[in-house]
Amino acid sequence: MHHIETYISVIPLYAVLVSIAVVPLILMSARNANLREFWTILAGVIKFGLVLTLAPDALQNKAAEFTIIEIAPSVDLVLRADPFGIYFALIASGLWILTSFYSIGYMRGAGEKKQTRYFASFAVCLSATIGIAFSGNLLTFIIFYEILTIATYPLVIHKETKVAIAAGRKYLIYTLTAGLFLIAASAITFILTDTMEFSAGGIFDSTVIPKNTMIILFMLFLCGVGVKAGIIPFHSWLPAAMAAPTPVSALLHAVAVVKSGVFGVVRIVGFIFGPEVMSSYGLNIILIVFSGSTIIIGSLLALRQDNLKRRLAYSTVSHLSYIVLGAALLTSSGFTGGIFHIATHATMKITLFFCAGAIYVNLHKENVSELDGIGKVMPWTMASFTIGALGLAGIPPINGFVSKWFLGIGALEANQIIVLVIFIISGLLNIGYFFPIIQRAYFKEGYDITKNREASMFMVVPLVITALLSLLMGFYPDLLLDFYSIASGISSSLIGGAGL
Amino acid sequence: MIIRNLPAIIPLLFLAAALLIPLINLLKKNSAFSIAVFVSLLASVVSGYGLYYVDTNETIRYSFGGWQPPIGIEYVYDRLAAFVALVINVISLIVITHSLKAVKEELSDREMPYYAITMLLLCGLNGIVLTGDIFNLYVFVEISSLAGYALIAVGEERSPFAAFRYLLIGTIGASLYLLGVGFLFIMTGTLNMINLAQILPSINETPTVIVAVTLMVSGIGIKTAIFPMHGWLPDSYTYAPSTTSALIAPIGTKVGAYVLFRLLFFIFGIDYFSRILPVGDLIAFFASAGIIFGSIMAIAQKELKRMLAYSSVAQIGYIALGIGLANPLGFIGAVLHVLNHAFMKACLFLIAANLRINEGHSDISKFDIKLGKKYPWTFAAFTIAALSMIGLPPMAGFFSKWYLVLATIDSKAWFYLGVILLSSLLNAVYFFRILERIYMKKYSSDEIKEEVVFAGNPNKYEGGLSLLIPVVLLAAGIIVLGLFNASIVSLINRMIS
Repeated sequence: MHHIETYISVIPLYAVLVSIAVVPLILMSARNANLREFWTILAGVIKFGLVLTLAPDALQNKAAEFTIIEIAPSVDLVLRADPFGIYFALIASGLWILTSFYSIGYMRGAGEKKQTRYFASFAVCLSATIGIAFSGNLLTFIIFYEILTIATYPLVIHKETKVAIAAGRKYLIYTLTAGLFLIAASAITFILTDTMEFSAGGIFDSTVIPKNTMIILFMLFLCGVGVKAGIIPFHSWLPAAMAAPTPVSALLHAVAVVKSGVFGVVRIVGFIFGPEVMSSYGLNIILIVFSGSTIIIGSLLALRQDNLKRRLAYSTVSHLSYIVLGAALLTSSGFTGGIFHIATHATMKITLFFCAGAIYVNLHKENVSELDGIGKVMPWTMASFTIGALGLAGIPPINGFVSKWFLGIGALEANQIIVLVIFIISGLLNIGYFFPIIQRAYFKEGYDITKNREASMFMVVPLVITALLSLLMGFYPDLLLDFYSIASGISSSLIGGAGL
Repeated sequence: MIIRNLPAIIPLLFLAAALLIPLINLLKKNSAFSIAVFVSLLASVVSGYGLYYVDTNETIRYSFGGWQPPIGIEYVYDRLAAFVALVINVISLIVITHSLKAVKEELSDREMPYYAITMLLLCGLNGIVLTGDIFNLYVFVEISSLAGYALIAVGEERSPFAAFRYLLIGTIGASLYLLGVGFLFIMTGTLNMINLAQILPSINETPTVIVAVTLMVSGIGIKTAIFPMHGWLPDSYTYAPSTTSALIAPIGTKVGAYVLFRLLFFIFGIDYFSRILPVGDLIAFFASAGIIFGSIMAIAQKELKRMLAYSSVAQIGYIALGIGLANPLGFIGAVLHVLNHAFMKACLFLIAANLRINEGHSDISKFDIKLGKKYPWTFAAFTIAALSMIGLPPMAGFFSKWYLVLATIDSKAWFYLGVILLSSLLNAVYFFRILERIYMKKYSSDEIKEEVVFAGNPNKYEGGLSLLIPVVLLAAGIIVLGLFNASIVSLINRMIS
């Protein structure tokens, strides 16, 4: 077992708190938009910097730990920046900076109201996300998970239209219910094991617990984290939540919120149950069935959507389950591929959402059928879109190929040929729902070619950066932040811990 | 040593105040409010110190008039009593501090008797908690109930009717309890709780004792408003003056819950009411029915105070469920919820009071974004209290629910686990319904939209700092109690160990 050496440090706490700390400043600067946005960017940079200082630990298998208070007798509110937590925090906080710039362009370009509330809620969401990443036990995880639910709500209903309010209700019903399942599952775990710590390889070491109890417990957990992870049939809040402004869809509904759900799934699978218990109780089969069917159904549903953001939402549903399925395989490459897909899907999907938002702000088009000839009007945007779309379809040399490659190997390692088939079919379906967009953009006449204009630089620069990241990570998976090495390190700690 | 007299001091303090307020008022007009605030502040400080003292030293036993039990009446100041007394006195201090404007508004020129009777109510509630004698407890129940009837009856037009109904039902409850006390006295020859706890195990399977338990639990159940004995509660809370609702809702029924703690966990013992006589199962069953019933009724209400009243029925259900589960975790959850719910409900009822004072109504169907903009701090506090009621971390309400959830799992009571989780969702429905209106509900049609942009508040500080500060304090308290619940829980643990 790869023992993780812990040391006490306040940095994880600072990393969580920095964005919530600027909320009063954001609220006070409501009348001065530039100053207000400065606070957001400042918090983003500091947050990313703090997480970055922890990054070397992730490779050395060290974890900074900070106990805030004893929240219940023998249960601490504890932040522990273990490699997996750092990995997720790096992605979320790094992309937050880009999203913040993009938000400025989007919110001003689209003339959205209540921007102060928007930026304030966004900052709280990021605190909650980093809190989720660094949660050292289930109770801490639940606390930040619920904070994230509530902080996202004002963003979902931001436009305050009937559709947005209905989406907000749906969002709350799904996520609050899920929270209750998670609470119940955690309580049962606590009664059964006397602990709620996340520990690589799991905390259920005995096989004395009856099989039925274990299956019910696992299903409760799955309902609890599966809603945010968009596992079908718990997914339908996600397309509805596309009523939110696009930067919200981009960061929260492609990275922070949904990845918190997926992060939760991997935590539960790898750090609560552990690979050994998962396979001995046959829980991995349940997970494979759910995630496998989600991948296929999500992709099929994406094919039918004309609204661009909804198509991306269903694509997200399907891709989130790549990660879940990777974990469900319980093999070294499966974990590596799944965890690596957290990063690659983040860069690719955020690019696509950024593009959708740029198109909306610039041309007020929301539907795929209206995009004829748009490639000539917005060349940078559509080039980036193409990179992201190709990556999601798993075409080399974009980073989506790398994660998919390892997922495929994981399926072979687990002798699950059907899983490999699912990945291949899904790749084809990805081509099926992305290529018509690309084809319309480049090979159909629609717009006057002389009208070559892009959205504001605030929007175009971030989306080009994320597209470039996706492309370069395909060549160098360890580009800049060693995402691949960290992912494979986490994977071996999980598999090594179980002694498989 | 004065500390030995602590158990007697607190009820006497309020009793003295109740008598002194009319007298001093003859000399100095409008002094009632200041005396009431001063006395409840004193009581809070004393009970705060008392809790610290009994937690670090030992239980204080005080024999009234020097007569030793079982002949004399004994007052017992142990951790549980000290804890509940502190909750009562702190909440009443905050509510009374807030009350000046509300009482002036709703009860002009009847302030003096109102505060005098309030003191009597608090004397009764503290007495119930501190006495160690089951008959003396009955006396204090009657004192607090009579004061309660009066405080309710001075409210709106329909309040005398509500108070009369409460009086009838409440009297039945008290009588049942008294009958039970009689049976127990016949069997044991003592009224002292500690004595009873020693004698009962040998005779607790006799029919007389069983009848006694049944009568006492039903009687207190009426006072606590455990479903289906809650009928008096919604009308009383709705039509009573705002201050009365804010005072009785958080602490009145909690004292009933305290009596159940005392009777079942300390006098009869967990083993008795969970294994020998299935009282616990019965309480848990009715409690969970009450949780669901109260939550659904709350969803159906159009008036804030009435909604909060039904929500109280549900929340009392949580406490009763914790009692009924009859395990240490349930006890922790229930006692913690006594504290947490007191803070949440006081906060919410005070907000309803503020709305009535400033806007003249607390009608949910008239809530809109304009109201939200006019009272930003008030509704920020409302949001915190609402999230806590729903049971979202890190608010206090989450943690009491957490222990109740652990308790249901420990007892393998899956049905009750489902009830707790379902009711959280129902809570979310009726609170988010209001939040949605406050933060998003525009004018119904195309009425001049510009007016939504609120130009500034004519009432400075949302109707005055005296109304706002108590609300904000309670809301802050909800968060603080949530974050520091571990030390409270370990205190509760020490109560039963």
